Amino acid sequence: MNGEVLVFLILASLAVIGGLLMLNLKKVVHMLLSLVLTFLSIAGLFIMLSAEFVAVVQVLIYSGAVTIMMIFGIMLTRHQDEQRVQKNRVRTWVVLIGILVFFYTMYEAITRFVSVEQASELHIENTKQIGMALYAKYVIPFELTSVLLLVALIGAIVLAKREEEEEVKQE
Amino acid sequence: MTSVPLNAYLMLALILFCIGLFGALTKRNTVIVLISIELMLNAVNINLVAFSKLGMHPSITGQVFTLFTITVAAAEAAVALAILMALFRNRSTVQIDEMDGMKH
Repeated sequence: MNGEVLVFLILASLAVIGGLLMLNLKKVVHMLLSLVLTFLSIAGLFIMLSAEFVAVVQVLIYSGAVTIMMIFGIMLTRHQDEQRVQKNRVRTWVVLIGILVFFYTMYEAITRFVSVEQASELHIENTKQIGMALYAKYVIPFELTSVLLLVALIGAIVLAKREEEEEVKQE
Repeated sequence: MTSVPLNAYLMLALILFCIGLFGALTKRNTVIVLISIELMLNAVNINLVAFSKLGMHPSITGQVFTLFTITVAAAEAAVALAILMALFRNRSTVQIDEMDGMKH
């Protein structure tokens, strides 16, 4: 077992442990923090796959922005901190069986999948390569993404804004 | 050349996807359902990056596509949280099974 396999095993088990903790912890904030562990180990896996830029973006957006935003969401909605005990046992089991069937199907597909590894040059100036591809080949999707972000920004503001009558009522 | 095979990455992504799917379908707090969906999207990102490096034709496209996925996921999370805020103001609940106003 060489170093790379060892690093992969550590990162993979950290990611899975984070996910399992998310399913089992009681408090909502703890669930979110355990998912930060998962997101960070996925960033480590991206570095192993010579995607340094994507790894940095992962740390910034997922473990930074999205998680903090979700924590804001929890703090602003005054909730019962503890997740109440699952009432619907039957549904949990049905979901579990369905997911196990899905897992088994995909597992069979993955074990039969053979790929021949080719030499890649992704690790040489990774960010430069991404920039070249983004601004030369994918410039229209890139601009469309900016429109999407603008729409999401405006939509989020409009949805989260208090309505006028409501404000008057509260004053 | 790497010594970790592509199938190992695909398996990890599959496990994370299943965890996310289970969380999204069984948890009752809406914030947790949202973050479970983020976990599923992240598992897909692992697949994309793994194929871009270890697939038949290694190319940067997988990583570029991952960046687009991350952007769209962040936008989705923001809008979903805004909807959650508006819903909480009207219904005073974040439990997902109490949000059945459009069912009847």
